[in-house]
Amino acid sequence: MAEPEPRTNRLRAWASARWRDWTITLAAFVLALIVGAILMIVADPEVAGNFAYLFTAPGLALGAAWTKVSTAYSALLMGAVGSPSALAATTAAAAPLICAGLAVGLAFRAGLFNIGAQGQAVVGSMAAAWVGFSLPLPPVIHLIVAVLAGLIAGALWGGVVGWLKARTGAHEVIVTIMMNYIASGLLAWALTTSAFQRPGRSDPISPEVAGSATFPQIFEQLHVGFFVALAAALVVAWVLDRSVLGFSIRAVGANPHAAGTAGMNVGATTIITMALAGALAGLAGVMAALGPSVNGVPTPLSEGLVGTVGFDAITVALLGRSKPVGIVFAGLLFGGLSAGGLAMQSVAQTPLTLTLVLQALVVLFVAAPQLVATLVPFLKARKGSVSLTGADA
Amino acid sequence: MSSVHDAHVPSLSDAPEQLDFTVVESRDARRARLSTGALIGVVGLVLAVLVFSTSGVARFALSDAFADVQLPTIELPGAPVVAVCAVLCLLAAAGFISGRLPGRWSMLAGIVAGLAVTLGFLTWAAAGKDLPFPVANQLAGTVFTATPLILGALCGVVGERSGVVNVAIEGQFLTAAFAAAIVGSVTQSIPAALFAAVLAGVLMASVLAVFAIKYLVDQVVLGVVINLLASGITGFLFDQLVQPNSRVLNSAPTMDPIPIPLLAELPLIGPVLFQQTILVYLAIVSVVVVWFLLFRTRWGLRVRAVGEHPEAADTVGISVKRVRWQAVLVAGIFSGLGGAFFTVGSVGIFSKDLTVGNGFIALAAVIMGRWHPVLAATMALFFGFVVQMASQLQTLNTPVPSQFLLMLPYIATIIAVAGLIGRTRAPAADGIPYTK
Amino acid sequence: MIRPVADEAEHGTGLQLKSITKRFGTFVANDAVDLDIRPGEIHCLLGENGAGKSTLMNVLYGLYQPDGGEIVIDGAVQHFANPKAAMAAGIGMVHQHFMLVEVFTVAENMILGREPGLVVDLKAGRATVRELSARYNLPVDPDAVVEDLPVGVQQRVEILKALANDAAYLILDEPTAVLTPQEIDELMVVLQRLRDEGKGIVFITHKLREVRAIADRITVLRRGRVVGRAEPGTSENELAQLMVGRAVDLTVSKQHAEPGPVRLEVENLTVTNSAGAVVVDGISFEVAGGEILCVAGVQGNGQSELADALLGNLPVLSGSVRLDGHDLTDGTPKRAIIAGMGFVPEDRQHDGFIGSFTIAENLVLNRFDRPPFAKGAALDLEAINGNALRLRDEFDIRTPEVQNLGSSLSGGNAQKVVLARELSRELAVLVASQPTRGVDVGAIEFLHKRIVAERDKGTAVMLVSTELEEVEALADRVLVMYRGRVVGIVGPDTPRDVLGMMMAGCSYDEAVALAAAAPTEGGDR
Repeated sequence: MAEPEPRTNRLRAWASARWRDWTITLAAFVLALIVGAILMIVADPEVAGNFAYLFTAPGLALGAAWTKVSTAYSALLMGAVGSPSALAATTAAAAPLICAGLAVGLAFRAGLFNIGAQGQAVVGSMAAAWVGFSLPLPPVIHLIVAVLAGLIAGALWGGVVGWLKARTGAHEVIVTIMMNYIASGLLAWALTTSAFQRPGRSDPISPEVAGSATFPQIFEQLHVGFFVALAAALVVAWVLDRSVLGFSIRAVGANPHAAGTAGMNVGATTIITMALAGALAGLAGVMAALGPSVNGVPTPLSEGLVGTVGFDAITVALLGRSKPVGIVFAGLLFGGLSAGGLAMQSVAQTPLTLTLVLQALVVLFVAAPQLVATLVPFLKARKGSVSLTGADA
Repeated sequence: MSSVHDAHVPSLSDAPEQLDFTVVESRDARRARLSTGALIGVVGLVLAVLVFSTSGVARFALSDAFADVQLPTIELPGAPVVAVCAVLCLLAAAGFISGRLPGRWSMLAGIVAGLAVTLGFLTWAAAGKDLPFPVANQLAGTVFTATPLILGALCGVVGERSGVVNVAIEGQFLTAAFAAAIVGSVTQSIPAALFAAVLAGVLMASVLAVFAIKYLVDQVVLGVVINLLASGITGFLFDQLVQPNSRVLNSAPTMDPIPIPLLAELPLIGPVLFQQTILVYLAIVSVVVVWFLLFRTRWGLRVRAVGEHPEAADTVGISVKRVRWQAVLVAGIFSGLGGAFFTVGSVGIFSKDLTVGNGFIALAAVIMGRWHPVLAATMALFFGFVVQMASQLQTLNTPVPSQFLLMLPYIATIIAVAGLIGRTRAPAADGIPYTK
Repeated sequence: MIRPVADEAEHGTGLQLKSITKRFGTFVANDAVDLDIRPGEIHCLLGENGAGKSTLMNVLYGLYQPDGGEIVIDGAVQHFANPKAAMAAGIGMVHQHFMLVEVFTVAENMILGREPGLVVDLKAGRATVRELSARYNLPVDPDAVVEDLPVGVQQRVEILKALANDAAYLILDEPTAVLTPQEIDELMVVLQRLRDEGKGIVFITHKLREVRAIADRITVLRRGRVVGRAEPGTSENELAQLMVGRAVDLTVSKQHAEPGPVRLEVENLTVTNSAGAVVVDGISFEVAGGEILCVAGVQGNGQSELADALLGNLPVLSGSVRLDGHDLTDGTPKRAIIAGMGFVPEDRQHDGFIGSFTIAENLVLNRFDRPPFAKGAALDLEAINGNALRLRDEFDIRTPEVQNLGSSLSGGNAQKVVLARELSRELAVLVASQPTRGVDVGAIEFLHKRIVAERDKGTAVMLVSTELEEVEALADRVLVMYRGRVVGIVGPDTPRDVLGMMMAGCSYDEAVALAAAAPTEGGDR
């Protein structure tokens, strides 16, 4: 029913939609910080205790709360962007988030919800680390082989899900989650075998990755892997917008029936997309396994090596609206949150887990622009829902 | 011209009541049949290989050592039993693959194969061991382990029947488990802990409801984000508040089994069904309650109508949003009870992310149970059986690494959702926000 | 015969809509619409798709709140906050898309929303169904599950449901779209009986023939406004002109077919749907280049599955499909497309079109991976854009920008996109299902012209249609399907009532005999 509109109007509409996305995201972030602050105050018995005197000595209560919150958040900010080494730490945290975020975002564009980035990253890190500490290969080649091993392992782990979905219709959400648990079980078992366990150790930890298989360090924690992640984003952007494969992926995501009727192979596209997504998540695992830590040596493989990168990736992809550029920015934002969170934990004794709360809240608010508009009245929101997955018809 | 009057002219008053088409096996059905057959065949081959590593006698204890009435311990010759089970599996596989089994027989073949697999592996694992395999423990443990899965599945069934997909069962579990642990520790009272758990479950359900029903957020995305939020909030509060004061805040009492007089004395059945905790009894009662609510009450009729065809419900004056709100909140009660299982229902103390995917297994039970409370609970029991068997086998000292045994429930879930049960049909409006 | 708008007399009794206005954003769906319905009349509301008929009735039924105007019943102003209020005021509605819960039984559907107690008592529901069935002579089995019932019977349930509250006014929104000609006749009889009992009936349609057959009075809507009122005797051409706003040519001008060699051969084709039901049962036919074979039949008799199987979208159980001698049996859509099959799916939004893709992308949906639109693994965006600009002009697709989203197009323009995509390449056969469904009259003329032009190029055309008007206008031969089988293949000048009987399963000879025996039935009443 829409009346045709002239081009300038369309551009203006496009610009205002972008502007709106940014303001909503900003408002969502502020709201999340506010909720986080409340959580901090409530969870600190000393600070919360002062609120008993809110009416008799309001200064005491508010002062204590302010001290608590401002110490934590300024430590967070400083730890993320406060110094060159903080920025370097942010890039190091952002690199795997960007890769895994692309893994979730790419799958979204094909209408698939890949909650399995975690497991794909775990097997990717296992393969890359194993090549890194077991195979005696010359420099450069060693690194390339280790990276490829991680990509292939992730691609297989993701591809299985795509294959099951295409062949049997098994819902990818359930299958990927189960594959996550299987992957961590596999890692736990591998670390008890002689192939993975460090000789002479009884705890589950691997040998150190050889220097020839480590991502070259650039400045403190900033390493080549960060640029590999940016390159991956460029590749995904090209694939989605400019390639034949991307056309199929987007078509299958937007309307699988129409895609199939137009001759596209929906099942094959599903499998390829999940394998690609798995490879990207595997790359995130590679970053964890081969990226140098502060001392220049990668952290050896252990059960918690990849952390929760696969789950953080879901928030990254959603916040980035499943677009590669958006995912890079969202990855940097949450990477900063993660790097700053560590500083917050050591400086302000506020647990790192707060950043997970902040991430989830930001995405929740962004998903419901009408709620944000209600809470922040000067933002006008359109009626209806917002597409974070970029796959809706 | 006589043919004119003989000719059958359909008219409105005698139009056929049912459309009848000849039905043959569809491509999907054939694929499901073949892959079922192949899977059973592979398992049968594995069993056949295991025959050669089976030696001695496998013993199965029907009663545990402390039972008043001691049932005999059954002794089975290891290798022959495994061999018979392998043959049964291979026969069932051949039946499936040949496609010659008529409808009821194929179901029977499936059941036989399932029993043969279970018996075969248990015999292999128990053969030649000093300790007998504790059957009563296995069954009682199945019911116990399945309790949160049953409650979680009921939560999923009620919500999804109204058209709201609930991927956040895991998050509801986690929050409820946390609330139960804290309140239980502070009050040292089980009822208070249960109440807190239910409250937490309903609270998380209201988050789901407000974003799904009011703000029309994609429900699967929403569920995953709520899970992260639950993991974050419980994790943060645990790190900040509970961990430093765990003596006060993380020392909840645990439920004791309440034997039901007389019934608990029954051999085998007694310990399995009637010497359980209050939560187990609540779960069993809940299945009946949900069934009655959904299929026998006005509210249930409306819930199902809203989940199938919300516009139709709207045109007869039913408020779609209100009914969905009610359903999601009621569902939250069950996930709250289920969450309590992980702390006061079992170990008492809370640790981070202690629900390890149980919410998602419950979701799988919902789908495999075709959104029906009784079937979904049955599926939950199946998963409970697998989990319990994995932990029983660990104590038997099998050559399989314990990590692989722990993977069993997850692998079983994948095999199950990959269509051995066949494709299922969700409520037609499941996951679709309602807007006028 | 057509009276000016202002001439409408005021009545003290009956139902009046006064100056109803309804907007959606900036779009005015109803602009000060006046309408009155008297007890004991059938009032036809005539208009094209999107003229605002359904919106107006949804306002009357309480589903939408009007932005202006009022509803008056027997002199009292009413405000319907929801359908319940409208029902209480004696209004019943039979929706175009049935408002029945498919997995419920008839009785459950009947009591939904008016359950007597907290615990469901299906006995009362069954009794209500039986009582209403008897009272209005509309038999249905209260325990049948709705989805197992044929569409005609489902509609019966809808009518009973609407009457259950002793409705004085009954609204029927496009009730004939899904019915066989015989079922339509029966429905007309039922409606006339209800009118004679004193019900006021609003009959919404865009089919001129039905209006002339049943209406006591006619109101014509165009672009949200009442553009005229007419008596039932008004000619079809006059009504069409009023409805569309200009003179329309209802007949398609086409030369006599000059069939060339056979291009599409279908032999003994048997197809099952996803549940395993045999929905196409041993069908054989041929289509020659330069002819249009219309597959006629009532919705749901296997035509859609036949088309899907030809494309390779549904597995073939047995039989064969050959195109220009190439075997296409049980292939993939890709193979059929490459072999030169053009395909217009029955459900455009579902299968033929991606709303969130640009118009340019939609125009290359089945060719994006081949030159000139792809260079290796990369898309050639310029070629895709150029193609779109060319086709926009050639097919008169009304959009300012080919980079706009497909969802911004109206139904007619979206269908032009689908047809442009298929016809802009060299075809051996065009398989088109319901190409003009949900399309306005102006676009129908254009689409019909293009299909005939494609035939004249030597393409074999297989057209699936449930509309007899379309079959009569385009067919060179007519294949009638009933329950997955071919009832007969007949010439284009077969009388309409004979076609109608064949669509209900009679053989040609039986149908001819029956038509001769009952000359008053069917035909042009």
